[in-house]
Amino acid sequence: VSAVLERPTVEPKAPPPLRAPWRLRDRVGLGLAWGLGLLFCAITAAIVGYLLLQGLRYVRPSLLTTHPAAGFGEADTGGFLDPLVGTVIVGAMAMAIALPLGIAFGVWLSEWGRPFGLARLAESTVEMIAGTPSIVLALFGALIFQSGPLGFLSRTAGGVTFGRSFFAAAAMLSLVALPLVVASVREGLQAIPGHVREASYAVGKTKATTVRRILLPAARPQIVTGAMLGLGRVIGDTAIVVVLLGATMRMDPVGHTPVLSSLRGTGSTLTTYVFQNAPTGEGNQPHKAYAAAFVLLMIVLGLNVAAGLAGRRGKALRWT
Amino acid sequence: VAAPHLLHDRPRRGPDERAGLWLGALVCAVLAFVLAMLVFVTREAWPSFHANGLHWFGSGGDVDRQIQAIFTSGDLRRTPVYTFHAWPLIWSTLLITGGAVVIAFVGSLFVAVFLVEFAPPWMRAVLQPVVRLLASVPSVVYGLLGVLVVVPFIGNHLISEPQKASVAHVISLSGYSLLAAVLILTVMISPIMVAVFSDGLRAVPRGWLEGSLALGINEWRTFWKIAVRTARPVLVAGTVLAIARALGEAIMLAMVSGAVGFAPKPQDGLIFFFEPSRPLAATILTNAEELTSPPMRDTLFAIAAVLLFSAVMLSFTGWAVKQPMKRYGVRA
Repeated sequence: VSAVLERPTVEPKAPPPLRAPWRLRDRVGLGLAWGLGLLFCAITAAIVGYLLLQGLRYVRPSLLTTHPAAGFGEADTGGFLDPLVGTVIVGAMAMAIALPLGIAFGVWLSEWGRPFGLARLAESTVEMIAGTPSIVLALFGALIFQSGPLGFLSRTAGGVTFGRSFFAAAAMLSLVALPLVVASVREGLQAIPGHVREASYAVGKTKATTVRRILLPAARPQIVTGAMLGLGRVIGDTAIVVVLLGATMRMDPVGHTPVLSSLRGTGSTLTTYVFQNAPTGEGNQPHKAYAAAFVLLMIVLGLNVAAGLAGRRGKALRWT
Repeated sequence: VAAPHLLHDRPRRGPDERAGLWLGALVCAVLAFVLAMLVFVTREAWPSFHANGLHWFGSGGDVDRQIQAIFTSGDLRRTPVYTFHAWPLIWSTLLITGGAVVIAFVGSLFVAVFLVEFAPPWMRAVLQPVVRLLASVPSVVYGLLGVLVVVPFIGNHLISEPQKASVAHVISLSGYSLLAAVLILTVMISPIMVAVFSDGLRAVPRGWLEGSLALGINEWRTFWKIAVRTARPVLVAGTVLAIARALGEAIMLAMVSGAVGFAPKPQDGLIFFFEPSRPLAATILTNAEELTSPPMRDTLFAIAAVLLFSAVMLSFTGWAVKQPMKRYGVRA
C-alpha cells in the first residue's frame, strides 16, 4: 500500500506564464492601433494648430466690428460683423424652435410613448431626420417658404416669393439640431430610476407635475449638453444657410419694422462667409476666410467645452 | 351598494392625459412634416424621372451641358428640356463615399478598439475629447483647409507635369481631385464611426471577455474574437451613420472635388486618383441659385429625392441591423 502512495518525486514544472503569449501578428496589430490613435491626435492637432496660427496672423479686433464691403483687395473689403451677427441670430432662432420641440418630443417618447406603434414610428422618424442631408432640407425649405401661405416671411417682389430669410433658414436649421436634443432628453430621462417617479406620485403629484418639477430639472445637465451640441451643428451648417438665407454680404432687411424687417431679410453667417471667401467662392479672399474660420472654430470649440462641462456636472448627480 | 368607482363612472380627463395628448399632437405634427417632405420632394422630382426613365441613372453626354440646357430651357418661350443622365455624378458619389467609408472603417475600428481596451488612461483622456472635437469641426472649415492646403499640395507635389499634359485635352488636373475629397471626407466621418464603435464595444459584457482570457487567450485576440464579433451590428450601424453623413456632404465636396461633371476612369491608372468630379449633393448646392427655372428645379429635386431615398434606406438598414443586439441584451 505504501508503495502505491509513494510516487516518484517529480520536479515541479515551471508554472505557466501568467500572461498569455502574444504572437507577432498581435503585436503588429497593437502597434497599428497605437499608430492610428496617435495619427488621430496628430490630425486634430494639425487642424487646430494650423487654424490657430492663421487666426493669429489675420484676425484683427477691427474685423469683428466692421461691416463687409465690396472692394478689390483684402484691405478694403471690411470685416465680418454682419456674418457674426447672422450666426448669433440664426443659432438663437433655430434653438428657440428646436429646444422646446425636442424636449416635448423626448418627454413624450420617454414618459408616455403610447400607442407603441406611434412611438416606434416617432423614433425612426427622428433617426431619419438625423440622416437626411442638410442640402435636401434646404431644398424642401425653399419649396415651403416660396409657397403662398408662408410667403410673408420673406421678400416678395412682383408676385415672386424668394423664400429666403432668417425665418426660413432658422426653421430648417432647427431640424438639424432636433435629433441631438431629442436623444439627449431621452438619455437624461432614462438615467433617472423609476423609484424617483414613484416617490413623486406617492406624495400625490401628477405625472405632468412630476415631469416638470422633478424629471426635467434632474435631466437638465444632459439636456444642456444636447442643446450645446445641437447649437454647434446649427452654427456649423452651411448648405441650408447658402440656400435659404441668400448669403448676401450684408444683412438686407425687408420693410421698416425694426426687428422683423431684418429677420424677414437675407443675410449671411460665418460659415457662408468662409464658403464665399474661399478660393472656390465668389469673394476669394483667403486671409479673411482664415480669420472667419478661426472665429467659427473657436465658437464651436467653446460650445464643445461647455457641453463637456455640463455633462460632467450631470455625472455628479447620483441616484441610489 | 355601488362600488366606489361606479360613483365616478365618467372620469374627467386628468392633467396627465391632457399633457400626453398635447405632446403626442406635437410629435404627430413633426411626423406629418417629415411625411410632407417625402411626398413633396418626390412630387417635385417626378417630371425629371418621368421624362428620363431609368436613363436618369445612366450615362451619356456631358452632364454639365445637360444641366445648362435644362436651366436655359426654363425660359417661358421654350419647351422645357429634361434630358439628364446623372451617371458621372452618381459614380463620383459612389467613389468618394465608398473610398472614404472603407478607409475610415478600418482606421476607426482600430482606434475604437485601442480607445476602449488598450489605451493607457492618459491616452484615453486625450483621445476621447479629440474624437468629439474632430466631429464638431464645421464642414466648411474642412473645405477651406482642403482648398488652401491639401489641394495645392496634391497639385504641386503629387501630380507630375507629364501626367497633367497627358490628359490636358480632356480634363485639367489641378489638385481638385478624388484623392483630396476622399482624404478629407475620411477625416470627417471617422470620428462618428469611432464614437459609435467604442460605445458598442464598451457595452459587451465584461464576463464574456474574462471567460476567454481565463482560457489563456491573449488580450488582443480575446478582444477581436469576442468583443468585436459581438459588436458587429454596432459596426454596421456606425458605418450606416457615416455613409449617411458622407452622402449628404455638399459643402466640403463642392469646394474640394473639382466641381466638374466628369466620371473618373479607373483605367487611367494612377491619374484616376487625381481626376476631378462632382458628387450629387454638391451638384444641388452649386446649382441652388437656378431654382427659378422650373425644369432645373425639378431636376434638382430629383437629385434630392435620390439622396433622401438613400437616407431613408440607410436609416432602415441601421434599425434592422440593431435588432439582433437586443436579443443578447446588449444595448447600444
